[in-house]
Amino acid sequence: MKPPFTSKATPVSQTIAPTHATPPTPGNETDLAALAARYGLSVSGARPTLPQYVGRLWSRRHFITTFATAKLTAQYSQAKLGQIWQIMTPLLNAIVYFFIFGVLLGTKKNIPDYVPFLVTGVFIWTYTSSSVTAGTRAISSNQGLVRALHFPRASLPLSLVLQQLQQLFFSICALVIILVAFGQYPRFHWVLAIPALACQSMFCAGISLIMARLGAKTPDIAQLMPFIIRVWMYTSGVMWSVEKLASGHEGIPDWVVMALRCQPGAVYIDMMRYALIDSFHASQIPPHAWALTLGWGVLFFVGGFIYFWRAEESYGRG
Amino acid sequence: MADERIPTVVADGVHVTYKVHGAKGGKGSATSALSRIVSRRPAVGVREVHAVKGVSFVAYRGEAIGLIGSNGSGKSTLLRAVAGLQVPSAGHIHTAGQPSLLGVNAALMNDLTGERNVVLGGLAMGMSRREVKDVYDDIVDFSGINEKGDFISLPMRTYSSGMGARLRFSIAAAKNHDVLLIDEALSTGDARFQARSKERINELRKEAGTVFLVSHSNRAIRETCGRALWLEAGTLRMDGPADEVVDAYERFTAAKPKPKPAATK
Repeated sequence: MKPPFTSKATPVSQTIAPTHATPPTPGNETDLAALAARYGLSVSGARPTLPQYVGRLWSRRHFITTFATAKLTAQYSQAKLGQIWQIMTPLLNAIVYFFIFGVLLGTKKNIPDYVPFLVTGVFIWTYTSSSVTAGTRAISSNQGLVRALHFPRASLPLSLVLQQLQQLFFSICALVIILVAFGQYPRFHWVLAIPALACQSMFCAGISLIMARLGAKTPDIAQLMPFIIRVWMYTSGVMWSVEKLASGHEGIPDWVVMALRCQPGAVYIDMMRYALIDSFHASQIPPHAWALTLGWGVLFFVGGFIYFWRAEESYGRG
Repeated sequence: MADERIPTVVADGVHVTYKVHGAKGGKGSATSALSRIVSRRPAVGVREVHAVKGVSFVAYRGEAIGLIGSNGSGKSTLLRAVAGLQVPSAGHIHTAGQPSLLGVNAALMNDLTGERNVVLGGLAMGMSRREVKDVYDDIVDFSGINEKGDFISLPMRTYSSGMGARLRFSIAAAKNHDVLLIDEALSTGDARFQARSKERINELRKEAGTVFLVSHSNRAIRETCGRALWLEAGTLRMDGPADEVVDAYERFTAAKPKPKPAATK
């Protein structure tokens, strides 16, 4: 059954004998452009304006959330214990870190409530670092999706950060169990965790967008990131207090210690400890801590979003 | 066809080139890479592929256009350029609305159930949650996945390749597109499903606008398309009624069973 129409004479119809080796000459360019303009056709593959982009992203919000949940579910779907791993993995991580840093290296000596201190650090740090890792691979490991479908590419890094956030919620369930087991009972002060997490999420989304653009252009960055992240982890006080460690070493200038404490990796960890742990006092968070918390979040989110958008049309090429 | 023919896609002297990393050429050793970085010479591993060379055509509403040509002749690249997923290095592609590639496969996850993939695929194509809900039953019925028991609630990795392909086509074809681009979809599934897909493509063509079909099955092109474009080594060799173009292409392939190696990947 053949469709009931013929198209013998199209404007660019070039019925060349198959043995004819020379390529057909392209049609008259001005004619074609004029034809396109007459019928109001738009040039395909152009970058949308920033407000348009935000609008399109908003209309894809269900895709972003569904994609995140789907990735999370798919992660453990082949394991026999299934979704129990969501909570087992962070717990096992915490146990390993406790064994190495708490027991073997004896970092815990000068830190009260070391287990809650450590576990909070590990979980919050994991959120930051895995957002960076996921962002770096957001475009390159979803090349097929980017090449096949039309959607604002920022959906991918944002969706992957959302997946990390969902994972963090499982970790926080484990964290609450650990806190209670070590004598940290829920109190009103815990509410501070919510704004801290919200700001951290903005930061994570922003840095993930930045890394997504970098990783899409230069895939080699994915090889480099594990090392950078490890250095960043050791300087962010995940398993120890940067302040106390530095005071044990002569010759580290104060401004270096202050810079380490004020960088986003450390700020979000310390804010969470401040919110959740009794013995972690306001004196242990850097000055203007809330301004830093919000500032890093907004700076990275807005900056990262614009930075990512500026290369929107180039993702998935080559 | 009415006298007033409305163009939906205008390709105006389109060239597409892309860079390939890790192409062979030069020594791939670490020392040579280092010396490249030091001397700031461009990497020898990067090669430009000129996949589409100056193609022009106009497609009209209501047309089904087949793209034929040997492997690596630039068919899929041209299709991606029309979809706006690959920016032409020269020339322009003007389109009415947003052309969509029938390529929802990439969004689907083998570890998830068919059900969840239908939802995920629908959302990935830009449908709202409501729209997905409305077409859910149609998709499942059309795919025929549930004809032999409740397979839709099993993970997709348990499907046979034919079943998977049927579900993918059903999801992709559930949406009405202004311009639909199909890359080798009809070669999958059993005879009954192929007949159904052809029917669905005709429907889409009537409802929406223009359908482009890339296929190596000359029969599928003849049966589904009214017009065909023949690409060879990135250039448009012929554009005309499907039967004529396919005939010419068949004569070409019969005369030269091994055409000269195409310049493209």
